[in-house]
Amino acid sequence: MQLARVIGTVVSTVKNESLRGRKLLVVQTIDKNLESIGKPMVAIDAVGAGIGELVFWCRGKEASFPFKREDTPTDCTIVGIVDSEQHVTRSEFKL
Amino acid sequence: MIIARILGTVVATQKDERLSGKKLLIVRPINVDGSDTTGYVVAVDTVGAGFHERVLVVAGSSARLAQGMKDVPVDAAIVGVIDTVDVKQ
Repeated sequence: MQLARVIGTVVSTVKNESLRGRKLLVVQTIDKNLESIGKPMVAIDAVGAGIGELVFWCRGKEASFPFKREDTPTDCTIVGIVDSEQHVTRSEFKL
Repeated sequence: MIIARILGTVVATQKDERLSGKKLLIVRPINVDGSDTTGYVVAVDTVGAGFHERVLVVAGSSARLAQGMKDVPVDAAIVGVIDTVDVKQ
C-alpha cells in the first residue's frame, strides 16, 4: 500500500458493467515527506475519499478485495483515509 | 488503472482460443493533462472503444476480473471510456 493525495476525479459513462456505480478518483502517490513521486493513477474509491485528502491505496489483484472480489476489475483502490498529515510519522532512518 | 489513448488495432488469427472474438487494441499511456507518454500496450477491449478515445486500462491479473474476461489469458484490459478528467493540482 502507498500513501497518496487525491487530486481529481474521472468520469466515465461507457464502462465495463462490473464497474457500474464505482467512484473513480485520480491519486498522486507521495513519499514520507508528502512530496509527489511517480505519475498519477486512476483509483476506485472504497472508503468515500474526497479531493485533497491524504489516503492510502492498494495495488494489484488485492485492490478488488474491498468489492465483490471476483467481479471488480481494478488494480488500484483507495482503502483508507489518513486522519491528518500530522499522523504521517517521518523516520530519520533510511529504509 | 491508467489513462491511455487508443492508437491502433492488432489482428491475430492464431491465438489462444479463449481470445477469439476479443478486440485487441494498441494503447499509449497518457498523462492526466492529455499529453502523451512513451510506450505501448496491447489491451483487450471490453467496452467498444474507438480510435483516439481516452480509456481506462486495468493491468495485471485484475484485467481478468472484468465482465467477459474470466479465464482469458490477458494482463491489460480496457474497462472504460473516459468522458472527463478533472484534476486540481
